[in-house]
Amino acid sequence: MSRPPGIFAAARIVLLKDLRVELRTLESVPAMVLFATTIYVIFRFGLDRTTLDGGLAAGVLLVTVLFAALLAINRLFVAEREQGGFEAIRLAPIDGTALFLAKAAALITYLTALEIVAIPIFGLFFLDDWGGIPPLIPVLILLNAGFAITGALISVIATNSRARDLLAPLILLPLLVPLMIAAAGAAQGLLAAGGPDYADFTQWLVVLGLYDLVFLLIGYAVFDFLLED
Amino acid sequence: MSAAETAVDEPALAVEGLYRAYGESWALRELGFGLDRGRTLSVVGANGAGKSTLLRILAGLLRPSEGAVRVLGSSLPHETWRLRGRVGYLGHEALLYRELSAAENLRFHARLFGLPGQGAGRIAELLAAVGLEHRADSRVGEMSAGMVQRLAICRAVLHEPELLLLDEPVAHLDPDAAATVAPLIGAREGRTRVIVTHDLASARAGADRVLALGRDGRLAYEGPASAFDERAADAVFSERARPAAAALDPEPSS
Repeated sequence: MSRPPGIFAAARIVLLKDLRVELRTLESVPAMVLFATTIYVIFRFGLDRTTLDGGLAAGVLLVTVLFAALLAINRLFVAEREQGGFEAIRLAPIDGTALFLAKAAALITYLTALEIVAIPIFGLFFLDDWGGIPPLIPVLILLNAGFAITGALISVIATNSRARDLLAPLILLPLLVPLMIAAAGAAQGLLAAGGPDYADFTQWLVVLGLYDLVFLLIGYAVFDFLLED
Repeated sequence: MSAAETAVDEPALAVEGLYRAYGESWALRELGFGLDRGRTLSVVGANGAGKSTLLRILAGLLRPSEGAVRVLGSSLPHETWRLRGRVGYLGHEALLYRELSAAENLRFHARLFGLPGQGAGRIAELLAAVGLEHRADSRVGEMSAGMVQRLAICRAVLHEPELLLLDEPVAHLDPDAAATVAPLIGAREGRTRVIVTHDLASARAGADRVLALGRDGRLAYEGPASAFDERAADAVFSERARPAAAALDPEPSS
């Protein structure tokens, strides 16, 4: 007797499949890491500065992560589109929202892997004082969740369009502006010259959390409908 | 009477006034037919007649533009969710991931369908049935088209669906391989089948009813397979039949 998986169990099944495919193909994470490293090198020599702090440091760090995230977001549903994953999900006795949760979780995993490599590189290139990095972790967790949730939602909208490579960033970037403002607001104090400054830090974390929650609820409500033709 | 009881009493398929448009042209027009549970329907027609479109609509993968479609007692597209897990669909795409092995693909689907023990026994049985047990760990991207087709058939019947929708199931298969998969997709008690085929002989032989689509997506023949003779087939496939799907006209009338 078959017993269909619940939404979280189904999301886990799809996530494990995605991670297995990524481990075999290495299509997303290595490209993201290489891209981020290249951008840091360009900033390092373009700005001609050995140290950054405050808003400039936050901007260089977070904008690089944002553009690296776009690489993964653009590829998020490629296998589903080209190899029939959308149809397989729609034929299975599961809530299509599981695919949304799985893709968001996969993106969070990719972004975490990226940051584990890219942030030390950023630190080596630009930071004298690494004291701001540990408290940056909750900011990055909420930022990654925001990128992943919004990215999964917009990517599935764009994926069936002929101009998908253009469409996803065009729709996504304006939506990510509030997330970037909040993340930069939290990070600039942490990366301030002379050590971390926690003024307004909690406030920005709340904004990041609210952003994530709102888009999670939107995705939960509409994703199943977006899978239809 | 419960919804479930009502559903069991209903025919497997009940289609009335079905239209489907792609942009400016109609793929299906004014289509109506029914099929009792446990029966087999062969769908034939020239290229572009709308056979695959019909199959995708019946699978709940495509919305009808107009008309009433009931599949296994569920009204489409509003109750598509009730069909999930009850239909086995084999289309032109295998719905298999190239980077995963044959066994991993089937395990992925078995998990999604909630098969007990992740379908391990059923997967081994199916792979052996189609002669792919020695390729269980081979990646799909490294397999021939015939192997992929056999694996796709395993995927479609993995969860023992009530309704099997097959779009040219033996395409890419040599006669031996076609004979190998025949038992998996054959008629059996409680299983309703809709099979799209270009082979008129098999359309007649393996089906209870035949549905033929004209070149304009209209019904050209619908009736017992035994009555679908050469003359009826000629009328469907002849060049004198209706021209290819015309530009979007005012139908369906509102």
